[in-house]
Amino acid sequence: MTALLVFLGAAAGAPLRYLVDRFVQSRHDTVFPWGTLTVNVAGSFVLGCLAGAAVDPATAALLGTGFCGGLTTYSTFGFETVRLLENRAHFHAVANVVISVVAGVGAALLGYTVLADL
Amino acid sequence: MDPDVDLHVPAQRQELARTHGGVLAVIALGGGLGGLARYGVGLLVPGVWATLAVNVVGGALLGVLMVLITEKWRAHPLARPFLGVGVLGGFTTFSTYTNDFRHLLVPGGVPDAFAYLVLTLVAAVGATALAVALTRRAVA
Repeated sequence: MTALLVFLGAAAGAPLRYLVDRFVQSRHDTVFPWGTLTVNVAGSFVLGCLAGAAVDPATAALLGTGFCGGLTTYSTFGFETVRLLENRAHFHAVANVVISVVAGVGAALLGYTVLADL
Repeated sequence: MDPDVDLHVPAQRQELARTHGGVLAVIALGGGLGGLARYGVGLLVPGVWATLAVNVVGGALLGVLMVLITEKWRAHPLARPFLGVGVLGGFTTFSTYTNDFRHLLVPGGVPDAFAYLVLTLVAAVGATALAVALTRRAVA
């Protein structure tokens, strides 16, 4: 049952990641991967909220492990960073790493704190 | 996505479904399978090591895949959406990575939390770069 919830959540999160990425990337003309940054920060916030709200195991499997895990991605984040380095866009590569990690961690802490204090 | 598509208009929604439907379906299937595999690793490997493992392995596999389908073969149009965006995107996770950090951030655990943050970053991005380089050499 838990496995099915994880599958369903991730099957919803992954196509949403694709749509958000296409939408965000179509709205500017830079090499910076704003789309992946957007889903990773948003997913970190939602997962922080779920942890702060101490949701039940079924909800955690569907929305946390499944949806947030499917919405966010480390592989694309890493690959886009490598591609920026290969294209000698060193500033963008370092900025992508720093902004993703700082904003992602900040979003996770914010979501957790807001919901845990309610 | 085409920014001119107005999702409030049913006819334009249908147009979007027609042009993107196949891609979205294989991403959903791949994402579900990738998420399931990540859940499986979490049952076998304890704590944050599971997240570290999927993010390093998933990054390396994406490096191999991208070289093969963009530099070596003329891949099927759905290969990258299914395997790259879907399976490996669903297998790896940024949200659990950032929330693992928060989880480790307890009194006395601050060095561990920062070590986890940096170790994952170096190992996952390094594994991706190494996989790209080795795959290029292997198929050259």
